[in-house]
Parts: sequence; structure tokens; C-alpha cells
Amino acid sequence: MIRINCPYCGERDHSEFSYGGDATINYPSLDASEKEWTEAIFFRKNIKGYQFETWHHSNGCRMWLVVERSTVTHEIKSVKPCHPNLQKVVENNK
Amino acid sequence: MTKFNAWNVIKNGLNGQSYWTRQWRDPEPKSSYDVVIIGGGLHGLATAYYLAKNHNIKNVAVLEKGWIGGGNAGRNTTIVRSNYMMPGNHEFYEHSLKLWENLSHELNYNVMFSQRAHVSLFHSPGAKDSVSRIYNIMRLHGTDAELWDLKTLKKKIPHLNYHNSRFPILGAAVQKRAGNARHDAVAWGYARAADTLGVDILQNCEVTGFTRKNGNIESIQTSKGIIKGKKIGFAVAGNTSVLWQMAELGNLPIESHKLQAFVSEAVKPLLDQVVVYGVGGAHFYISQSDKGSMVFGGDLDWYKSYAQRGNLPMVQDVAEAAMAIFPSLGRIRLLRHWAGVMDMTMDGSFFICKTPISNLYLNAGWNYGGFKASPASGWYFADLIANESPHNYVQNHNLERFEKGINIDERGAGPDPKLHG
Repeated sequence: MIRINCPYCGERDHSEFSYGGDATINYPSLDASEKEWTEAIFFRKNIKGYQFETWHHSNGCRMWLVVERSTVTHEIKSVKPCHPNLQKVVENNK
Repeated sequence: MTKFNAWNVIKNGLNGQSYWTRQWRDPEPKSSYDVVIIGGGLHGLATAYYLAKNHNIKNVAVLEKGWIGGGNAGRNTTIVRSNYMMPGNHEFYEHSLKLWENLSHELNYNVMFSQRAHVSLFHSPGAKDSVSRIYNIMRLHGTDAELWDLKTLKKKIPHLNYHNSRFPILGAAVQKRAGNARHDAVAWGYARAADTLGVDILQNCEVTGFTRKNGNIESIQTSKGIIKGKKIGFAVAGNTSVLWQMAELGNLPIESHKLQAFVSEAVKPLLDQVVVYGVGGAHFYISQSDKGSMVFGGDLDWYKSYAQRGNLPMVQDVAEAAMAIFPSLGRIRLLRHWAGVMDMTMDGSFFICKTPISNLYLNAGWNYGGFKASPASGWYFADLIANESPHNYVQNHNLERFEKGINIDERGAGPDPKLHG
């Protein structure tokens, strides 16, 4: 079992969460070329090692999180709220 | 290599089994080859075999970082079927099934292919309509497919749970020519047959880098020294992205996920078919091996991973699905379980295609279905490497299909790799 330390709820089993995907994708502007959109939607780095990825605490607070996790050892380095403003709120409340 | 036939079996039986030769050589790498296949799994070995057999290209090496049959070749549930619907896919998998039907003779090696029928249960009128559509499409293309009503199903498989009131079994979609095979024998059979035709199988030979020259890959750095190849093929399911980035080619429409499989202790004959059950978020498939073990599996672990070991929540999920459909398994003990790393693609279909590097060819993205595809995968990948252009069946199985909007999405699940089960 992977344990994810949700900034809102505390440390929980990963079975409470659902995996989203690569958290580093920047979607291009609406008038960007087909090539850029194809790259953003379909193509992935598929990192072997530490990556930033999204998880949804779907059976908990239902917030989206950015988790820094190794795809080889499953070790987690950091967990933050997805939204940058919520990140600030969480940090200010520490 | 001594051929397997009645005469040699009798001769060796009288001589204390002392005249068998080894199945394949353990050669030192040559400095260069016409074709180098990276990945000594079923697809890599099959490709090497068909290069030599169909295209007379015999100066071929297969590089394997571990031992052959030690990767996903030995981490699957050995199911062979061809119940696909999309253009390209159904022709491809049907050809694969036809190759399976003659594979033991072709390779002079008993791969224990057993056409015991693939029985896919349905639990609602909607599911019946949906599967009828797929199986009708299969029939129109000449693949065998049929529907069993409840009476037939109860007669054929009496000990399923027919009293589940939430997901009652209404019948099953059946492919009778489908079944399973012995995975190790397939790897060994292809290795032995390819080796006989002159292919070098280089085990414990890990690729560590590539040297580029004029846009091509000139040579491959490996743990056994530098090896040159005029043409190079990738067949390394699970680790495709790693090699792809080693060749500085950027991103791929692939995520690596792990899929678990399970084997129980051996029991008396209980199940004579492959049974598949998928409803209410559960996904479960089961068959009985010739030894008597129940071999079964379920869904991915649902998060990206390169670890070849499974996590516990999925063990529980699979056990629950087993109990829902097969309550008689309740007290059976699990002998072992393992996970293999899958290339999960953005539309659930594979890649057999050219790449931005002119002497590099790609075979990847097999999702849940690499085992059954092995013979045709080798066949058409060898064809692509030898003839420089893809066969009609695989002409859209390339990396450009996403930009063109011609995704081959059997399940209609969209660009989320983990959903293409």
C-alpha cells in the first residue's frame, strides 16, 4: 500500500485516491497548432524515476493533489494541493 | 539442434537421454549484424524467427537484458483470442490466432496451445447487445464467434454463480477457437527455431546507449560491448519510453502500468474454458493450467509504475471478483502472484511502425494483450523491417494516428492509458 499524506486530511491509504496522470502538462492556447495539441493530449514523458503526478482524493476530501513519487520504488517525496492559491493557503496555515 | 520427433525420442530413450543437444547457442556478440532486435521477449524472438524464415535475413541478433522468457513473456495469463472489432485489429489478431493454430508444428516445439474456448459473460440486456455487435462484426470477417444462452452456459460451466441477484449471468459471448498456451514453451520454441536459422540470442546483454551518425543509429552500447546494426528494432514492452528517450526521440503516447496475475495451488479439473467477467467496475479472467493451477488476473494497479510487483488493493479486488463469479474458489490457496509492466497506449492499440530515425523500427504498446499477439507481431514487424513499408493490416498502427484523428480505440475510453483494459 502506498500512503499519501493529504494536506487536508492527513496520511491515508492510496486506495482512497485515484490516480490522475502527469502533472507537468501545460495545455497550449486554443489557437495553437494541431501538432502542439496532439503533443499535450497524447504524448507523455513516461518517466522512470521521480515524477510529478496528480491524484484525486476521491474517497476523502475530493481535492486534487500534486504528488512527487518514484515510479520505480513508489516512494513519495512531496504532496501539495493542485491549485497554486490553495498551496499558499495550506502553507500559511502551517 | 536435435529435432523433436518419435525416432529421436525412442533413440534417446534407449541411450539414457544423452544425445540431445542444447536448445540454442550462447554466442559471443559479433561486431555487426544486418538487424538487431532489442528485447528478447516473445515479440522480439518471433520477429527474429520470421526475419530469418520469411525474409531470409539471418544475420540477426536479439539483445535481452535478462534471460529470455523472464520479462512479460513469463508474466501473463497466457490467453489467446481474436475477438477484436476495429479495422486493422481484427485482421491482425485473426492472423495471429491462425499462426497459433499451427505454431507447435511450425517451431517443432510443443507450445501446448489449447483451443478450449474463451467465454465472456454478460449480465444485462445492454451488455448482450453491445457484445453481439462486436461478435457479429467478427463473424462478418470470418472469425468464429457465437452467443451462448443461459441454458447452454449452465450445461458447459455448471459451477459459476448463477444466483447473483445484483449481476445475474444472462449468457456469454464465446470464441471457441480461442484458448491458451504455455508461455515458456513459446519463448523457448521461438528461440530454438530462430537460433537454428542462424539468429544470435544474446542474453544478459543490456542496452546502455546509442551512437548516432547522419541521423541514423550507428551502433548500440551494451553491457557486452558495442554492437552495430544496419537496422534496429525495439521490442521492449514496458520499457519502450526509456529506450525511446535513450535514443533522444522525446515523448511517446505510452504510459507504463503494472498488471498482476495470480496462480493458485493445483486442484482437480474444474474449468475447461477461459472465463471472463467484467461488470460493475470489476474485471476478472480465469483459466486452469494443465498442471491444475487456477491462473487468473484482473485490472491494472491503477497508477503508473515501472515496478514489477503488485500492490495489495488489487489482490483484494481480484479475490472479490473471483468470489462473485466462482464461489467454489473460496478456500483455494494462492501459490504466487506477480506483476508485469505494460505499455498502456493512449487508444489501447499497439504500434508496429517506422520512427523518426530511418534505420529504427518500433514494436510497442501492447496494453493487456501482448501474449496472444506474439506470432503476428513478429510476423508483421519482420515484414516492416524487411520491406520498409507496413503491411495493410498495420498501416495505421503508427505514432501519427493521433494527430490525424484516426485513433484505434476498441473500447472508446479516450486518451487515458490506464482505462484501456
